[in-house]
Amino acid sequence: MKHELFPWLILFLPLLSATVIALFTLRSKTISSLISIGAVVAGFVLTVLFISANGFHVNAETSKNWLSIGAETSKNWSSTDGITGLQVDFGLKLDALSLMMLLIVTGVGGLIHIYSYAYMDEDDSKARFFAFLSLFTFSMLGIVLSNNFLQMFIFWELVGVSSYLLIGFWYGKPSAGDAAKKAFITNRLGDFGFLLGILTIWGVLGSLNFGELQSIFAAHSATLLSAGVITIAGLLIFCGAVGKSAQFPLHVWLADAMEGPTPVSALIHAATMVAAGVYMLCRVFFLLNADALHVIAYIGGFTALLAALIAVQQNDIKRIIAYSTLSQLGYMVMAVGLNGQTAAMFHLTTHAFFKALLFLAAGSVILGMHHEQDIWHMGNLRKKMPITFITFLIGALALSGIPPFSGFYSKDSIFAQCLEQKNYLLFGVAALVAGLTAFYTFRLFFVVFFGKEKSDHAKHAHESSLVITVPLVVLAVFAAIGGFIGVVNYYGSQFTPDHETLTFVQQLMEPLKTPVPMCIGIAVALIGIFLAFSIYKNADTDPLPAKLGVLSTAMKNRFYFDEIYEATFIRAHDTIAAICGAIDRFLLEGFIIGIIRGGTDLSGRGLRLLQTGNLQTYAFLFVLGVALVLYFVLGK
Amino acid sequence: MASSAVTDVLFYAFAALTLLCAVLVVANPFNRNPVTSAMFLVLTIISMSGLFLLLHAFFLAAVQILVYAGAVIVLFLFVIMLLDLKEEQRRRIKFFGAVAGLLSVGLITAIFFKILHHTNLNEHPLPTVEGDTASLGKLLFTQYILPFEVVSILLLVAMIGVIMLSKKDLK
Amino acid sequence: MHVGLEHFLTVSFLLFALGLLGVIIRRNLIVMYMSLELMLNAANLALVSFSRFNDKLDGQVLVFFIITVAAAEVAVGLALIVALYRKRQTAHVEDLNSMKL
Repeated sequence: MKHELFPWLILFLPLLSATVIALFTLRSKTISSLISIGAVVAGFVLTVLFISANGFHVNAETSKNWLSIGAETSKNWSSTDGITGLQVDFGLKLDALSLMMLLIVTGVGGLIHIYSYAYMDEDDSKARFFAFLSLFTFSMLGIVLSNNFLQMFIFWELVGVSSYLLIGFWYGKPSAGDAAKKAFITNRLGDFGFLLGILTIWGVLGSLNFGELQSIFAAHSATLLSAGVITIAGLLIFCGAVGKSAQFPLHVWLADAMEGPTPVSALIHAATMVAAGVYMLCRVFFLLNADALHVIAYIGGFTALLAALIAVQQNDIKRIIAYSTLSQLGYMVMAVGLNGQTAAMFHLTTHAFFKALLFLAAGSVILGMHHEQDIWHMGNLRKKMPITFITFLIGALALSGIPPFSGFYSKDSIFAQCLEQKNYLLFGVAALVAGLTAFYTFRLFFVVFFGKEKSDHAKHAHESSLVITVPLVVLAVFAAIGGFIGVVNYYGSQFTPDHETLTFVQQLMEPLKTPVPMCIGIAVALIGIFLAFSIYKNADTDPLPAKLGVLSTAMKNRFYFDEIYEATFIRAHDTIAAICGAIDRFLLEGFIIGIIRGGTDLSGRGLRLLQTGNLQTYAFLFVLGVALVLYFVLGK
Repeated sequence: MASSAVTDVLFYAFAALTLLCAVLVVANPFNRNPVTSAMFLVLTIISMSGLFLLLHAFFLAAVQILVYAGAVIVLFLFVIMLLDLKEEQRRRIKFFGAVAGLLSVGLITAIFFKILHHTNLNEHPLPTVEGDTASLGKLLFTQYILPFEVVSILLLVAMIGVIMLSKKDLK
Repeated sequence: MHVGLEHFLTVSFLLFALGLLGVIIRRNLIVMYMSLELMLNAANLALVSFSRFNDKLDGQVLVFFIITVAAAEVAVGLALIVALYRKRQTAHVEDLNSMKL
């Protein structure tokens, strides 16, 4: 393996950047942002150099022993003599999966960094923003490159922390602070399961290294995959993905996280952080057995449907895209659950392109509209923001799955996977969601870019600067062609050993191999677009609530999940907290501490009486002491 | 031994005088003036030097009178006169203090006497040592020359300290 | 009965006890000092009698040193009392209670 140092550099450059910014250049916006952009762009360049030198199929690990507890021999999974020792490396795993993710994180992340340079220009805390961005990039790269569970978990938590910092970046707004807290706590719930899963894996198999685990599974697949404990471990690990990738029932944080700056939404909530859950599932796919996969598939499908329904009736431009992200993540998770890691990662990659594009374009719209986010205050922006309009259209087409845009290919591979697994229920769900996706995407598109200007801001909207539009164009190019530039080859060769490398034309024609899902996919997308066109072409207000009635209200209110959680979990939690608080205050603090404190106080007062300050008393006591000593030494 | 009868009588006389005067130093039932106490201290010391003479410690007896009855007591009196201590006469000895004192002192004395009673004193039948100036001086300037010099330094230090302490602007 | 070591020691003990009693029951610093001197003298007496009845002169040398040290101590102690009196207008231990809470 050439350039062994490069992956380490790629990983630690953003950390260095975050440290330098935090310690030295917090005063200067420009220097800080340039350092941060430099770190991630350098990471991208190094990744490209590394890949061009080594190819995608390095399949190497570079690691340093980092932590060893107990005996150094690792435990054989089948032995019964208990836990012998824990050995954890700080290692980097380099294969097609991680290298592709590396490209996405540094590439898309780099574009978002550049975009942020302009987007955050007016913010006083721009330097802090870039420090957080760098910290986030470091954590995300850490997840991608980890070669063992513990290291991945640490970076997993770091991602949680840095996303907390970024979502709550405008901490002056109470809603931003609440959203950050919500995101962090919801993630922690999932992470708790993840940690339990990791511990289960270690307890059963005695290793945390992905490579070692994979070979253990390869050697004992029959016994292991039918074991109940492995199902449990798989589901617990899936909990981590549920949190990070915002699957039902922990999906509530993602929409609120839109309180953060738009580049954050693009980086965290489209391209990278939420993808971490899907990535992790693919990384540890070998230990998920049929039962666990079943659960995963249905949760993914349900999330996709739920989020798509909610997205139909949202009015905040970023929230619509956020729910669409949820829905697409549901697709990916569902694909993983249907044994389609290739399809999942393929969709993850194309989704990173077009969803980052949509978010950034939405950011551009928001900037042009002077921080107005309600789509019913926009309208007719296509003339005023032509580049944003075109790139947004490309992103919307890709998201809806219209050929030949990237989303079409990846979504089609998921459809095909559903049919291949003969899961017609989930195929139906997927098709319905695809229709809904096209519908709400173009609802947003028509309302924002067509029709009349619905506010003064819309009349005075302007196109954004070049620093913003260039990343849009680059992303738009990838969103357009991402489906047939070989992405699927790299993933395919990672997951299926007998994968044959497809040529360019083969990739282009790949969907034709399975015409049924392709036709259904295109048909539902076109129906969705047509419906959106006919309803929203010139609409000033949303006509749907009148037609759908209660359902619309429920959609608008996100099916009352927040309210349900509020009434059940949070209320229950508050009650428990109140009880604990009361115990702490009255029993511990009042009673026990009262006794101890009061006792000390009382004895202190008692002993103070001995300190009379009177010379005679001291002399008297002194003589008594002398008498005692004399008695014991001489007089007995 | 004719002289032994005389020394016995003298011993009892001096011992009685010493103890009586010491009692009057500590707790004079008629007068609590420090000056009176100091005067009885002089008497105590003089009668003690009588005891020293009986022990053939002639030089020490002289030093006792010179240093104690002379210098130290004069110092005491000087300080008493310097301070206005009439106040003391009005203060009574506290009952509790007296009981506590008697109790503790009694304890210690009881222990002393118990030890004395149980100890087998192998008495020298005829003590011959003489504490005259010549022999004491010889010992002091040969074997004990170093402590002697150290004590002289101590006196010097005490003198300087006292001068410093007695300055008016003592902070 | 012939006067021996135990007689002198008895006197010494009693003298010591009286001095101790004075230290405990008297509240005037100067009288307490005098009581201390009594205790020192009791020790002196014991030492001289030991010296005599053991036929050794070293005890008397020690007494000589004790007298010297006592003289120095009295000088310093009385100077302290004078200084204290100047500040507090009292030589009575009950009035010296600034260390008390």
